[in-house]
Amino acid sequence: MQPRLELRNISKRYPGVVANDDVSLTIQPGEIHAVLGENGAGKSTLMKIIYGAAQADSGEIYCDGNLIAAHNPAMSRSLGIEMVYQHFALFESVSVVENIALSASSAFNLPSLAEKIRELSLRYGMPIDPHRQVHDLSVGERQRVEIVRCLLQAPKLLILDEPTSVLTPQAVVKLFGTLRQLAAEGCSIVYISHKLDEVQELCDTATVLRNGKVTGTARPKETTSLELARMMVGSRLPEMHVSPAAPSEKPVLEVRNLSAKARDHFGVDLEDVSFNVHGGEIVGLAGVSGNGQAELIALLSGERRHAQGDAIKINGTAAAALRPDERRRLGLAFVPEERLGRGAVPSHTLWENAVLTAHRFGTVRNGLVDRRRAAAFATGIIDRFKVKANGPDATAQSLSGGNLQKFIVGREIALAPKLLLVSQPTWGVDVGASAFIRQTIVDLSRAGTAVFVVSEELDELFEICDRLLVICKGRVSPPLVRTSTDREEIGLLMTGRTMGKDQTGGSSVALQD
Amino acid sequence: MRIAAPVLACVLTLIVGSLFFASLGHDPLPTLYAFFIEPLSSMNGLSEWLLKASPLILIACGLAIGFRANVWNIGAEGQFTMGAIAASGVGLFWPNPESALLLPLMFLAGMAAGMAWAAIPAFLRSRMNTNEILVTLMMTYIATLFLSYLVHGPWRDPAGFNYPQTALLPAAAMFQSFDPAYRLNSSIFITVVAVLLMWLFTDRSFLGYKMSVSGAAPLAARYAGFRESAAVWIGLLAGGAAAGIAGMAEAAGPLGQLSPQISPGYGFAAIIVAFIGRLNAFGIVLGGLLMSLLFLGGEGVQMTLALPSALTRIFQGILLFFLLAADFFIFYRIRLVRPVKDAPALETAR
Repeated sequence: MQPRLELRNISKRYPGVVANDDVSLTIQPGEIHAVLGENGAGKSTLMKIIYGAAQADSGEIYCDGNLIAAHNPAMSRSLGIEMVYQHFALFESVSVVENIALSASSAFNLPSLAEKIRELSLRYGMPIDPHRQVHDLSVGERQRVEIVRCLLQAPKLLILDEPTSVLTPQAVVKLFGTLRQLAAEGCSIVYISHKLDEVQELCDTATVLRNGKVTGTARPKETTSLELARMMVGSRLPEMHVSPAAPSEKPVLEVRNLSAKARDHFGVDLEDVSFNVHGGEIVGLAGVSGNGQAELIALLSGERRHAQGDAIKINGTAAAALRPDERRRLGLAFVPEERLGRGAVPSHTLWENAVLTAHRFGTVRNGLVDRRRAAAFATGIIDRFKVKANGPDATAQSLSGGNLQKFIVGREIALAPKLLLVSQPTWGVDVGASAFIRQTIVDLSRAGTAVFVVSEELDELFEICDRLLVICKGRVSPPLVRTSTDREEIGLLMTGRTMGKDQTGGSSVALQD
Repeated sequence: MRIAAPVLACVLTLIVGSLFFASLGHDPLPTLYAFFIEPLSSMNGLSEWLLKASPLILIACGLAIGFRANVWNIGAEGQFTMGAIAASGVGLFWPNPESALLLPLMFLAGMAAGMAWAAIPAFLRSRMNTNEILVTLMMTYIATLFLSYLVHGPWRDPAGFNYPQTALLPAAAMFQSFDPAYRLNSSIFITVVAVLLMWLFTDRSFLGYKMSVSGAAPLAARYAGFRESAAVWIGLLAGGAAAGIAGMAEAAGPLGQLSPQISPGYGFAAIIVAFIGRLNAFGIVLGGLLMSLLFLGGEGVQMTLALPSALTRIFQGILLFFLLAADFFIFYRIRLVRPVKDAPALETAR
């Protein structure tokens, strides 16, 4: 059979790095093909080359047997190659059909486009009302919009970049159904992921990349996850050590009846949130994104303050009305979800970014920044957390997402906090670095720090947390002990339902996927 | 590339300037010589060059501290005026006109007045979230009209033949010239100190660091707990203080009295100086020298070649335009997008 897409000996070099080294892969029509690899393994570069957003230094790309000579995204689209990015590019304040019309390369007719959207989305089992405003849609529905946008072009090859990172387990099942139907109709799918279980469930073949090279091709359904993981990270597959927690007597973080109105139209109101985090334990917050996590974490970190001071207590001190730096003086450290622009200043060097929160730790003396100490502090983090960076003078924006995350986590841990807040600790971070970051967080908690983790990855929460909370529509569930709950219970709470006992109350709440 | 943009902007300004001269019927090369070289070929020219550069550099240093934190003080001209008014008020009405404390008191009065004038937009911005660009600009007009009121009314010199000007400041209220033949005076040391302080503040101090975080990534500043209102206050007060001191030095130096026009637009030109200098202390020194030369050259060709006085402003404008354009083209790339071919469908959509 004529392959849909064939890459022959693709190489791409950036200054100082070989992003792709002699990569070859073949995708048949109707095949679901996984590209597995850690961050920095060269997946994104390879996708950019396939899509034409980057040019390979050497090697050839064939589509349906024809050599693509001069490649660019417009060429890709004319060949039927479409891409769904990990982070959606939708305008919140207009409707679905208007969003899709905005990205149309050719002229359009709005009513007939809306009809097409309705028809296509129904046919693939992911119904969308084309006239709904995007800000009313859940994340899963937004992803459907992105996929339908691609399907309208009748693609022959669809590239999906980490599509499940923001979905509930239930929504993942639906997405997979759609993808299988597409493949059955002959559309080839390239599925970029680092989640082995999903790849094993969905994909026919997998190409594994490591350091820009293909380390193996496998049939994931017939290969164990351990083998796949070995191909991805080499022999250095880290193992997690989670020893039993020994919680402190008094809680380090106390949240009592915290209610807050959303700051803007797109936010979520928090209603009567109460929980404790003790020293020596890790408490996780599960939930589909956009259910109040951002509001809660901003209130906990002090980026947003609350008039009722004792709604949040840190080590017994009323802290809800305090500024972030005042809370840090009480022993708080915080790793935010956005690395660039919030956790770090993109255009500043790493030593300057070390000063951002470590200014009470000897890097500032007599009102002057001590550059040598700041550089030493940054170098310490770089060494201890194996951050791949060109020394303390590298700018934050020059680091890959995973490496910058290691740096920020490292910086906050170096502050020896009594309470650590972490939001999405391993978002977009590769397997090796994720395991390292998780292990570091576990070790910190076992040394007596109270840790509060917000994550959309259930696996991660189950791996490291001692107790779990679930947030849905601004309400937080009572704590569940990790060892006596399961994914199903959490998944139901994430959608606003309770377990079996309360059927009538639960069914009136719409499923949020 | 950050250094290349100002150089490129200067070259383009010279080219467009030459075309401009040619269109006015002047041979570009001799005119450029008269504009840029002749003013510097005499002792008096050099003295005037530094004399005019000094307030520009001083004000730009203050403004740049705010600009680095995205605090846009456009009203240095007004703060300069208020500084000159307050300092002259002390100089004219202090009971003992021979006191050695007179000049230091005028310095403090000028600085305080400049800061007070900038404190109004700072208060409005940090409390009511008003736009400081508009408020500082409007405050400039108030200051200018206030000065006009004073010199036409209560402060008018009774022995001044009804001219709208104050009496001359006493000798103890004036900076001494280095040489009686030239106007350059010791106030230039204030500017030297200001440049060094500005460098220390922006490059070495923690406060300056916080300001640069506020400017580069406001969310990171909030994350770290740096107060946004602190950046607003410091940014505006630094600009106000510098402009107020510059106004005092102008009144107590070359002017010696107040009149309705005490500034040839130093407060506005300093904004351009700050940007040509890339908001960096030593870059601002170079930018100030260049801008001062534009003022001098403009006056020079006005006298020798009878070219219009608006020329100086035009050169300032062209320079700023090219600087911003060069920055834009360095950070962005222009791409031509072809129109869609099958337009009929669009017709039906309408």
